[in-house]
Amino acid sequence: MKYLYLIFSGLKRKKMRTGLTILSIMVAFILFGYLTAIRQAFDAGVEVAGADRLVVRHKVSIIQLLPQSYEAKMERIDGVDNAVHSTWFGGIYQEPKNFFAQMAIVPEELFDMYPELVISDEHKAAWLENRSGVLVGRGLIERFGWKLGDRIPINATIWGKKDGGRTWEFDLVAIYDGAEKGTDTSQFFFRYDFFDETRAGGTGQVGWYTVRIADPDKATEVAAAIDAEFANSAFETKAEPEGAFIQGFANQIGNIGFIIMSIMSAVFFTILLVAGNTMAYTVRERTSELAVLKAIGFTDQAVLGLVLGESLALTFVGGVIGLGLAWLLVSTGDPTGGSFPVFYLPTRDLFMGALLILAMAFIAGIIPALQAQKLQIADALRR
Amino acid sequence: MTDKNSNDTLVKVQGVDKVFKRGSEVIHVLGGLNLEIPNGEFLALMGPSGSGKSTLLNLIGGLDRPSEGTIEVGGKRIDKLSNRKLAGWRARHVGLVFQFYNLMPVLSAQKNVELPLLLTTLSRAERKKRAAIALDIVGLSHRAGHYPRQLSGGEQQRTGIARAIVTDPTLLLCDEPTGDLDRKSGDEILDLLQALNKEQGKTIIMVTHDIHAAARATRTLHLNKGQLSTEAID
Repeated sequence: MKYLYLIFSGLKRKKMRTGLTILSIMVAFILFGYLTAIRQAFDAGVEVAGADRLVVRHKVSIIQLLPQSYEAKMERIDGVDNAVHSTWFGGIYQEPKNFFAQMAIVPEELFDMYPELVISDEHKAAWLENRSGVLVGRGLIERFGWKLGDRIPINATIWGKKDGGRTWEFDLVAIYDGAEKGTDTSQFFFRYDFFDETRAGGTGQVGWYTVRIADPDKATEVAAAIDAEFANSAFETKAEPEGAFIQGFANQIGNIGFIIMSIMSAVFFTILLVAGNTMAYTVRERTSELAVLKAIGFTDQAVLGLVLGESLALTFVGGVIGLGLAWLLVSTGDPTGGSFPVFYLPTRDLFMGALLILAMAFIAGIIPALQAQKLQIADALRR
Repeated sequence: MTDKNSNDTLVKVQGVDKVFKRGSEVIHVLGGLNLEIPNGEFLALMGPSGSGKSTLLNLIGGLDRPSEGTIEVGGKRIDKLSNRKLAGWRARHVGLVFQFYNLMPVLSAQKNVELPLLLTTLSRAERKKRAAIALDIVGLSHRAGHYPRQLSGGEQQRTGIARAIVTDPTLLLCDEPTGDLDRKSGDEILDLLQALNKEQGKTIIMVTHDIHAAARATRTLHLNKGQLSTEAID
């Protein structure tokens, strides 16, 4: 602790240079925090996916439908606990930019299959009583300012009604919250029975199945058994773990994780050069001062520690302010206006940021610190 | 603390050679040099540029190592100490005064003087107190909060001397302490060094080009081509 003022006074020597370096580091960590939150938004479904859940879709494509009758057949397969079906609605609320997921599902099965959706008994009962009722996530409620009792019109893009209409109206009767921070609360679930009776075509067909298995360690075997059950039929299936399914869905946009990692790597590499350059200049300019410290009794290791300490102080100030600002920015909300299922900076990534600060301090400072450590007093005093 | 003006040998240099290599060139700076400095002496080392005065000072102060020979200070062989032990030895036994003061520009006079005390186990309050005493000895109490850029050359050198004596070292090594000062400020510094030698019994070795400064010492030695003599060489 007693060396702290020595470390910070070193940084005050060239205030402009120190300030600009800290600013660069700060910007890098703001980017880190913000891009991490975006990556988290894309990965959220994967992370909260149940290890004991498989998704079964048509072998050709997710947009090909499967028969509703498959549910009972799947539930007879060894290792399958339960199977529920979902159907993508793909409607538009007011205008296309207001995108969110809408799915037709059997309410009782939803409650059983997705314990991460937290719904009060009162709301469950209300949904079961109302055939045109809809269960909406808290995030979506906040996004559009809806409230219980609202009637929500959705224009169909896929599913026309038997009466020829394209506008479906749903009653907002239930709201769910996420059991975890990463749980997607931007979904809109309505009843399959209402959907199946009202739609003009595709009766008795569903989008995909979610299958809960008894033993997650046997996911591969159970998936193979499901696919084998429907092999050579008109509706062949592809079963895979829920996480892989969601990841595949996200990858249709592109490998977001890779893109973000590439951007962050380039940013950090550049900032590392900036910080390393600052530290190198700091040591070079102070050769005689470091020599004096050694002359009055500071050991080689102490001088190495002081230079590394300065490097740490530099990156710590910039990094912590950057992470703090990133956290504040992320707290202001989803930059897409609500299209992300979740948008937050996970604690795990804040720790990762702290580790990055330490790594950057070490890498930027180690070479100048070693040069300072090796400094020969008599030589340095002559310079 | 050393005994005031005792006559026992404090520094013993025996058969010291110092060789520098510059590329393929080998430069013999000191050759087979012998020297004994009694405790409490104020020794002036004179000689032309490149004669090896500062090199000898650095060797005695443990800032450099001889190529050959031995150096004992206070009965301890310092030429064989590890870097870490030598650093510890310097912190306890040597005070250094430089021609260009070598103060930390971002630290106040008080903090500059406190620097060597960071290597001790003293509390913050005790460090502050001792630095204040050292500044008082050199007559700079009223400038404690000032930064080097706010001090005159003479005041900066006084601060340098306060830093050198704050740990109460056995040996004070001064490398041209008045070399960057005008006559008046130089005289003040020499008065101070003389007082430290006479009143506090500090053993002082001072490298200087200035006959006037050397006259303040109790003994003057001349160094030329790596050899010592008591006579000045033209």
